[in-house]
Amino acid sequence: MSPADSLSNQGPRHTALVRITHWITVLSFAALLVTGIELIISHPRFYWGEVGHSQMSPLFRIPIPSSRSTVPSGYGYVLPDQNGWSRYLHFEAAWALLITGLVYLVFGLRTRHFRKNLFPAPPDRTWSAVARVIAKHLRLAPPDEAEARTYNVLQRVTYLFVVFVLFPLVIWTGLAMSPSFNSSFPWAVNVLGGRQSARTLHFLISLSLVVFLFIHVAMIVLTGFATRMREMIIGADPVSQEGT
Amino acid sequence: MNKISRRKFVTAGIATAAGVSGLAVASKLAQRYGLVPPDSRGIFGPGETLSYAAHRLFSRNSLAREFPRSMISKVPFANATDPPDDEFKRLQSGGFADWRLSVEGMVAHPVSLSLSDLKTFPVRSQITEVVCEEGWSYVAEWIGTPLHEVLKASGVLPQARYLVYFSIQPDWWDSIDIDDALHPQTLLTYAMNDGDLPVSFGGPLRLRVPRQLGYKSVKFVTRLVVTDSAKGYVGAIDPKSPNYGYSWYAGI
Repeated sequence: MSPADSLSNQGPRHTALVRITHWITVLSFAALLVTGIELIISHPRFYWGEVGHSQMSPLFRIPIPSSRSTVPSGYGYVLPDQNGWSRYLHFEAAWALLITGLVYLVFGLRTRHFRKNLFPAPPDRTWSAVARVIAKHLRLAPPDEAEARTYNVLQRVTYLFVVFVLFPLVIWTGLAMSPSFNSSFPWAVNVLGGRQSARTLHFLISLSLVVFLFIHVAMIVLTGFATRMREMIIGADPVSQEGT
Repeated sequence: MNKISRRKFVTAGIATAAGVSGLAVASKLAQRYGLVPPDSRGIFGPGETLSYAAHRLFSRNSLAREFPRSMISKVPFANATDPPDDEFKRLQSGGFADWRLSVEGMVAHPVSLSLSDLKTFPVRSQITEVVCEEGWSYVAEWIGTPLHEVLKASGVLPQARYLVYFSIQPDWWDSIDIDDALHPQTLLTYAMNDGDLPVSFGGPLRLRVPRQLGYKSVKFVTRLVVTDSAKGYVGAIDPKSPNYGYSWYAGI
């Protein structure tokens, strides 16, 4: 699909499906992030392999205080334990994210959302097209008319990576920490190198999702926060937008 | 109201009615097949019920991973435990010869067993991982009597649904469902690696539940009660329990 085709498409910028699943994902991700940080505080040390604990040397540690007296954090105090509600909410939000993700996947395939809006258009599937977009970003050039209606190749590749690589990986590494899930699917944790490797990978992948989140929000602010929010909340028909 | 919106309205009404009655039927079926955990109420209830139901549907009889001897942790981690009380110290000074484990509740033959009684049952040894909810873990060999051997000898009544187990330490208890109680790896553990189970690891007797997080493996176990309701003994919702606020099901 060429940019001209997208321009002639007078529907909303984002379909209702994309808008609804986007905001449920935002809420779930926020809950997962806050509770995830809280759970790390009870043991801010990361290991590689099957096992690891306070008397073993970590792969790396985060220099923050801990909510457990058994963790040698170097701080002279112990934070209050908030793991109860944190774990409850972490898994409840994970279910919300998983179900939303499946709905998005099924409807995205049925409505050809991925093919139309996310897979790079044939002329864009070259390194020079990618280089052109990067150069334009570096010049801080404002998006042209076509780009207001569709995603450029860099955005498409990034969103595909987040949707089809990072989110599946973060779900997998999360499940690989469940002793009961592992009893049914031992390979799911064994191929990752063990339980502590799964935990470390879960942390690192979550961190890359947070990096994506920062860039994503920064780009929205830079390209017009109000317009982008209107598009993602009410769909914002481009015709009615002309005056803005 | 025009024709199309009326049709939409009727369709939406039927869909809602079908959805609500579908949920009611699903809830009845879930109760009947033991897919609803005792802490299914409150704002975290839906997530907790989904996790428990999924695990009971797909992992009811699965076995926790067992490891080769070479993977036994050189340094296991005991974690912090309250200092033992006077009653414990008295039993300890007698080499735990007077330690008793009582089996009560919905059983045909309630019994009280000493550690040497327990050792007359078939022995099982398994190399499994202790997985703490905080994130750390270690692997050790655990030796003891499978709980199902003791329960079967006592004759569990058909209406039994939960097992409540108590530590000698006041206000330390927890409960598991009957599936986990009868699971082949749920172990009344009295030995670890090459010796008796050290006190710091829960000796003389700890109930190991290897498919759940470590806090379900209560140390210094003295009393088992088979019941049809965990009411009053759901650690997650009793402020007296050390597991207060923690989810009852810890398979995740």
